[in-house]
Amino acid sequence: MVSAGRLGKAPVATGRPDDADLAGPAGMAGLADVAGSEMSLRRFLYGLPGVDQVGAEARAASLATRSIKAGAKLWAIDTAISMIDLTTLEGADTPGKVAGLCGKARRPDPTDPGVPAVAAVCVYPDLVACARAGLAGSGVKVASVATAFPSGRASLPVKLADVADAVAAGADEVDMVIDRGAFLAGRYGLVLDEVRAVKEACGGAHLKVILETGELATYDNVRRACWVAMIGGADFVKTSTGKVTPASTLPVALVMLEAVRDFADASGRTVGVKVAGGIRTTKDAVRYLVLVNEVAGDAWLEPDRFRIGASSLLNDLLMQRSKQQRGAYAGSQDFSLE
Amino acid sequence: MEAVSTPRFPYAPAPESRAIVNLKPSYGLFIDGEFVDPIDGGHFKTESPSSQEVLAEVSSAGPADIDRAVHAARRAQEKVWGPMPGRERAKYLFRVARLIQERARELAVLESLDNGKPIRESRDVDVPLAAAHFFYHAGWADKLGYAGFGPDPQPLGVAGQVIPWNFPLLMAAWKLAPALATGNTCVLKPAETTPLSALLLAEILQQAELPPGVVNILTGAGESGAALVNHAGIDKVAFTGSTEVGKQIQRSLAGTGRRLTLELGGKAANIVFDDAPLSQAVEGIVNGIFFNQGHVCCAGSRLLVQEPIAEGVVEALQRRLETLRLGDPLDKNTDIGAINSAQQLDKIRELVSSGEAEGAERWSPACVLPARGYWWPPTVFTGVAPAQRIAREEIFGPVLSVLTFRTPEEAVEKANNTTYGLSAGVWTEKGSRILHMASRLRAGVVWANTFNRFDPASPFGGYRESGFGREGGRQGLQGYLKGAFDD
Repeated sequence: MVSAGRLGKAPVATGRPDDADLAGPAGMAGLADVAGSEMSLRRFLYGLPGVDQVGAEARAASLATRSIKAGAKLWAIDTAISMIDLTTLEGADTPGKVAGLCGKARRPDPTDPGVPAVAAVCVYPDLVACARAGLAGSGVKVASVATAFPSGRASLPVKLADVADAVAAGADEVDMVIDRGAFLAGRYGLVLDEVRAVKEACGGAHLKVILETGELATYDNVRRACWVAMIGGADFVKTSTGKVTPASTLPVALVMLEAVRDFADASGRTVGVKVAGGIRTTKDAVRYLVLVNEVAGDAWLEPDRFRIGASSLLNDLLMQRSKQQRGAYAGSQDFSLE
Repeated sequence: MEAVSTPRFPYAPAPESRAIVNLKPSYGLFIDGEFVDPIDGGHFKTESPSSQEVLAEVSSAGPADIDRAVHAARRAQEKVWGPMPGRERAKYLFRVARLIQERARELAVLESLDNGKPIRESRDVDVPLAAAHFFYHAGWADKLGYAGFGPDPQPLGVAGQVIPWNFPLLMAAWKLAPALATGNTCVLKPAETTPLSALLLAEILQQAELPPGVVNILTGAGESGAALVNHAGIDKVAFTGSTEVGKQIQRSLAGTGRRLTLELGGKAANIVFDDAPLSQAVEGIVNGIFFNQGHVCCAGSRLLVQEPIAEGVVEALQRRLETLRLGDPLDKNTDIGAINSAQQLDKIRELVSSGEAEGAERWSPACVLPARGYWWPPTVFTGVAPAQRIAREEIFGPVLSVLTFRTPEEAVEKANNTTYGLSAGVWTEKGSRILHMASRLRAGVVWANTFNRFDPASPFGGYRESGFGREGGRQGLQGYLKGAFDD
């Protein structure tokens, strides 16, 4: 058993090879001990350093003043495109809409083969098969929300059935929601158990854990929720469903990027971050990339480690890309809607 | 120093255009509302510390020039500015504040050119705060009777003000705004290496149609400053600068009856407890010592970190410092600009050598220094003993000394174990500990879970060898008003 004081240090530890408690497989074993009981989990989460709200927001605002121009901007635009989870999560979604979205995902700009494909298409479970067909052979992943998205208010068997359904239909990635009610009531063990159960139900599919940070209220909670998800086996931690305001914000992303960085140091396992909700402009996307670069480090500037859940963002990126290359803005009619 | 690896996301150069600044080849002295040639002074050149390019030639005020400026200020004080109702003075100050905002970009670019500080700081800190000081004091001008200094407090008369090179425009604002709000007139001497923003401010004062003689700006070196503070025609000396010069001024003013406020050096302790919000504490450490290249009198130059977290904090700090961008001050992505002068660079180099010689461990991030200009990389000393020079002397550069402590009592003892007493920082999530520490730290400003935050409503000033008197807030007005014992 690892002492609480030792683990309290985890977020600033560096995972030196001699740091047996925290680095590599031994570190994972230590974190498994943390999850051994509700009490030890709670003690660990409360031992994490606090987040000062004013300071975190000031740091995010300061990074938002970075000026990304010329070649750096073009690189950022292409990188952002390759990180998009092109998303449609509406009650009115149809196979036709999803097929259109898949076309857009494979070839965002039909006039320019230099534009990379997006990372994934994100849909509800019943449309996974449709997306699978539309993306066949493209390398673009199929992501599905599950676990009674977006509220998560269902029993665990129902949630797991939802996941199994999506995976059976061919989802490469599953975006689950945590039980925010349980989290806010301090029942961290319950949240952890659900993440673990869903991870198991995912099989080979990658698991993104949606924290719905807009409902967690404090940055301390965001940091703790990240650790619960990561200990539970998340491949990604994700800000929001997009159905709650506020959705992703720069300071929330800052706290989450610090968490995945510290978790990698402590456990040797890398977890990605997905920001989602309200990211509509190239400027927004570039600000997130700057944050990734300067907080988690440039190793996180990969679609395997950073994603942007969005829909209208893609066309703004395409518009700025053509402006960057041709020197003039194209009209919105020059880009397909989906 | 480690090798510099190629970043995956290299930010392209994003220089702010200098076209907005219209530099004249030569500047006169600003006396009685106009720029005039010096009578008995000479000229000198001012250069950009980041490129060593000569920016302009400025005048050096001689004794006759100072005499002329003091007389102009006296005339203006007695005939115009002193008798003017406070609400009328306020209008001028509001106008100056708005003009600073309107010409913010011009001021920021000029400040970064002449001083070497990053445009991000001159744009986001120096210039907005300078405007804020004029706005704040404009608000006081017609309410002085309610400031707690009697029903009708009176100005002292003519203030001689000497300011440093680290925040040239901001320090001018700190000096001028309270003096003017309280009905004094001013003779201001900017630092030798950074005269240009004060001269642009003089143009702004002309644009605001401030009555002639209310503010006079005399450029020059140390001799001009010495002649100004020793001029018999002034009633008040306000000085911000080195402790050594401050002591000289105090000696020379002893027995003259002239009022004096001094804002001098510091060796502030930035104290990080084991329950601190660590990510923000690391930001606060960076902001505390690397803001403005550490050319800050209240810089958090001594990091006191509690032993259980010391190793982790230093590692996190080092990782953070690897992301700092050093270079062209006009590039909008630059975090660390140039050292202000060759002289200051020599001083930093000498003290850093002493740190190494005395056994402290020196570390800097991988970082390429430009070939021209004056530069010093962010530097961290660990294993620093309280007796070493780098733990006691003000370096006034981007050099941090890391010390450790075990208990709150030890933190207080170490923090107060300095001849200075300007500022301190406390990082902890425990509110009661913040109050406990703040009441025991002998420093004029104690920041809690932040560092280097300034506001015109908050009084700023020091204890002991950091000086006396306060600038800003209600308390700052007192330095420019007659008290019960003044005639």
